Amino acid sequence: MRRFEYARPSTLAEAVALLAQEGERAKVLAGGTDLLIRLRDRTLGPAVVVDIKRIPEIAPAITQDGALVRISAGTTMTTLVESDLLRRSFPALVEAARYVGSVQIRNRATLAGNQCNASPAADTATPLLVYGAVVVATGSGGERRISLDEFFVRSGVTTLEVGELVTAIELPLPSGARRSAFQRRTRRRGHDLASVTVSVVLADDGVRLAYGSLGPRPRLIVGGPGSAEELLERAVSEASPSPTSMRAGPEYRLAMLRVLGKRAIEAAA
Amino acid sequence: MTEITLRVNDEMRSYSVEPHHTLLESLRDDLALTGTKECCLVGECGACTVRLNGVIVDSCLVLAVEADGGEVTTVEGLAWGDQLSALQEAFLTRGAVQCGFCIPGQLMAADDLLRRVSHPAHDEIEEGLAGNLCRCGCYYQIFDAVESVAVGSGEQP
Repeated sequence: MRRFEYARPSTLAEAVALLAQEGERAKVLAGGTDLLIRLRDRTLGPAVVVDIKRIPEIAPAITQDGALVRISAGTTMTTLVESDLLRRSFPALVEAARYVGSVQIRNRATLAGNQCNASPAADTATPLLVYGAVVVATGSGGERRISLDEFFVRSGVTTLEVGELVTAIELPLPSGARRSAFQRRTRRRGHDLASVTVSVVLADDGVRLAYGSLGPRPRLIVGGPGSAEELLERAVSEASPSPTSMRAGPEYRLAMLRVLGKRAIEAAA
Repeated sequence: MTEITLRVNDEMRSYSVEPHHTLLESLRDDLALTGTKECCLVGECGACTVRLNGVIVDSCLVLAVEADGGEVTTVEGLAWGDQLSALQEAFLTRGAVQCGFCIPGQLMAADDLLRRVSHPAHDEIEEGLAGNLCRCGCYYQIFDAVESVAVGSGEQP
């Protein structure tokens, strides 16, 4: 690994000031399960690594405020999986978090970090999209909220600005009854990156379907009540899986999108 | 260099580390605790598994400075002096160890599993050890060793 400076701000204000001052020279460190790999293979070479884990607002916490659930940026996959509140209201997210890496990885990897890395195959991206997640970011200009659908641009790129820090992910609680499901395809059982991920929410007021690993970013499609099958066909015709990926060929991914999409719809119905 | 203080295997250690050195490098090179192994360096194989602040982590994906103020247990911390833990004994008697390279990580993951679930079902053992690869292919013997300790846990000292 190349040398870098390590900073461990103890307040949000300190972190924001440091990120504003260092700009592109700084990289934020939360769980580190992706960052350390990229530091080691030298695809990233920051001058300063800013560890945000000791900032009180970032510390692992899943809290409910009225109709909103707030998941702080320091919340790990293990903490998500253990949350009764999330299991009750956002089961597809818990299911997806359960599949991330191994016990060792889930003990470090954070939900917010999984979105910031913006991998098209991120397990937790599609459930967050169908649940209408919002990314809360803080920068020197103050706090702003970005819908997750507007956060993803392409692999590794988000609309987060230089100097901004994600502090939490917010999820709206459903107003009425709804069912949801998550499906995932990998090359082998156990610890592997996904070749296809699908999440679906069926509610009285409409259907939300999201798929990942079939293009440069996870995609969300929304339709009226009873439109699930139609949305799935749209997904299959719109998806643009990479022709060169090692994990699975494009034809296979499209075929599996249809299969997993149907399974997700059936599981949620 | 940055000064850090850690409790490692129940002993307080204060020393200086380079910020770009991992916990794995620091345990092996600064503290001479070479039981923890370096292998894939991408969080796939689990050979570098240690317990940090009560949960297991891949120490190749943690900076040493991140562990400052924390508590670390390595495979060297599982035994009492020369007295192996019941889990370590089971790995020996069940033939779970061939080349031995992955075993420190397997032991740390299995120890963690048994702390969380006293009598894990077979699929819970598979899931608990999914982050630890064995190139010798001793999975059945390893699972058998974990199961034998879980079944016999009432009789262990």
